[in-house]
Amino acid sequence: MPDLRIIFPEYALGIHLPSLVPYIALFGTIGFILMILPGLIWIERVVIALMQDRSGPNRVGPRGLLQSTADVVKLFFKEDTMPQSADIRIYYLAPFLTVFCAFAAGAVLPLQTLTFRLVDSSFKTVPVTVGDVNIGLLYILAVSSLQVYGVVLAGWSSNNKYSLLGGLRGSAQLISYELSMGLSLLCVVTLAGTCQLNKIVDAQNGLPFGIPYTGVWWQVPLKGSIFSWFWLGTLLVPVCIYTIAMIAETNRAPFDLPEAESELIAGFHTEYSSMKFAMFFTGEYVSMLIVSGLNAAMFWGGSLPPLNIPPLTWIPGFMWFIIKIMGGIFFFTWLRASFPRLRYDALMNLGWKRMLPLGLVWVFLMAVWGLFRPAPASSDNIPAEPVTASQTTVQQVAPPVEAKSLASRQR
Amino acid sequence: MATVLFWILALVSVIASISMVTTKNPVRSALFLVVTFLCVAVFYVILSAQFIAAVQIIVYAGAIMVLFLFVIMLLNLGTPQALVERGSLQPAFAVVLGISFAVTLVMSGSFVTLPAVAAQPEVYEPLGTVRGIGINLFDPKQPWLFPFEATSILLLIAVVGAIVMAKRKV
Repeated sequence: MPDLRIIFPEYALGIHLPSLVPYIALFGTIGFILMILPGLIWIERVVIALMQDRSGPNRVGPRGLLQSTADVVKLFFKEDTMPQSADIRIYYLAPFLTVFCAFAAGAVLPLQTLTFRLVDSSFKTVPVTVGDVNIGLLYILAVSSLQVYGVVLAGWSSNNKYSLLGGLRGSAQLISYELSMGLSLLCVVTLAGTCQLNKIVDAQNGLPFGIPYTGVWWQVPLKGSIFSWFWLGTLLVPVCIYTIAMIAETNRAPFDLPEAESELIAGFHTEYSSMKFAMFFTGEYVSMLIVSGLNAAMFWGGSLPPLNIPPLTWIPGFMWFIIKIMGGIFFFTWLRASFPRLRYDALMNLGWKRMLPLGLVWVFLMAVWGLFRPAPASSDNIPAEPVTASQTTVQQVAPPVEAKSLASRQR
Repeated sequence: MATVLFWILALVSVIASISMVTTKNPVRSALFLVVTFLCVAVFYVILSAQFIAAVQIIVYAGAIMVLFLFVIMLLNLGTPQALVERGSLQPAFAVVLGISFAVTLVMSGSFVTLPAVAAQPEVYEPLGTVRGIGINLFDPKQPWLFPFEATSILLLIAVVGAIVMAKRKV
């Protein structure tokens, strides 16, 4: 099979290229998010208009493309009002927290992998992520659990009963759906055997259901194909749970109870106007991108093409990743146009009594399946032996260190 | 790099802890506690215990403190003037216990050995990762499997007990 991946040299112009990769990922991620934001709002409007049989944006620019720009200009020049009895510092802190947490979660998304030919002519695959940390998944969960503070504090500090109700609803909803979200992701972690997102993507680069890869002709197009991604590997239920939970986590319709405009005016951001409102808006769209990206990486193969055949494999990995994220965004919009808002008790019922028990059962199922299934197909990046070896060295090394620190403590 | 980060965050966490105690506003007090938790999480990362750091943020900053805030807002506590008691022995006890705790810390040499511990994170690195903790916790050869499972059953009993206490008619 001809390998068409571009292979980069380790050094170019005396610069060590693999160590530049995190910076490329940093600027790439932030640049992509900032560039796509106006586009997202335009896409959402056009898609909803299409689904509701309306014209949609068609006044500003060709096909209404400049509508988002006009909105941004409007938000810049709008009067920045503030309620008199607001808790000023927290009132200003809340929108910044929202945007910060949304952007920070993007740091571990695996955009694609680059292959480098090292000086000793061996090959090294480097994942394009800002931080390729072993707790990648936990990091995303941690940062997205901090997003609650933006909603809660905005609702509280505005000193408005509608805002407060929105904030309370938001905190209860986000806490409830975080659990189901974590359980559905745990199913994937059970099968992949790692929390590192690029390794989870790599674990999907095999045959469906972990059949050993031998290189027979019919196996080649199936390797890393749509059938071997974890949406099928975990038997469909976790991806459904995650998708529902991710919509609830981003406060989007039909789970937009924290800002339910027919009941609470605008919920937690009732008292925010101008750029502070724009920051909440930005935070919501960025976290939509992030949860779609996590969905793509965990369940939909990340940067892998849907079939391992030439015209599809020529497209670089990050393009596939973006296409999958955009699929997620389209799904968000689709649901927003299709479903009415849930009642509050129905929301809690769904989260605690349906999704949480189902997720628990599925984790057990996946754990049993993980014991009996064939070994993971592409285990080349998941070292089984060296780690245990390093574990033993650690255990050998650790006692002297403890003794040393004890000795210095006694001194 | 790690040392500079440590001292900056040490300052921040100490200031946040003191503000947490001294602030009259309960919401701000809770927020200062969150700042302290985040600083502690970064300390864990500096000590190469990434898993504990993530769990610290998820459990304490992300879940427990949100519930605290939730309750504070639900009760709508303002500045509690009535809670300041007159003629209580609490401040005297607090001062005595605080001084004795500080003396214990200094005597045990925690401050003296800090640079030495911070200088050797490489040795502990695989122990702090997800894989390291998993292997050490669930390996039957290690002694931690039984205590871990026993603790989890204890927590389960606590959860069931809380539900039974809160809801008499199930």
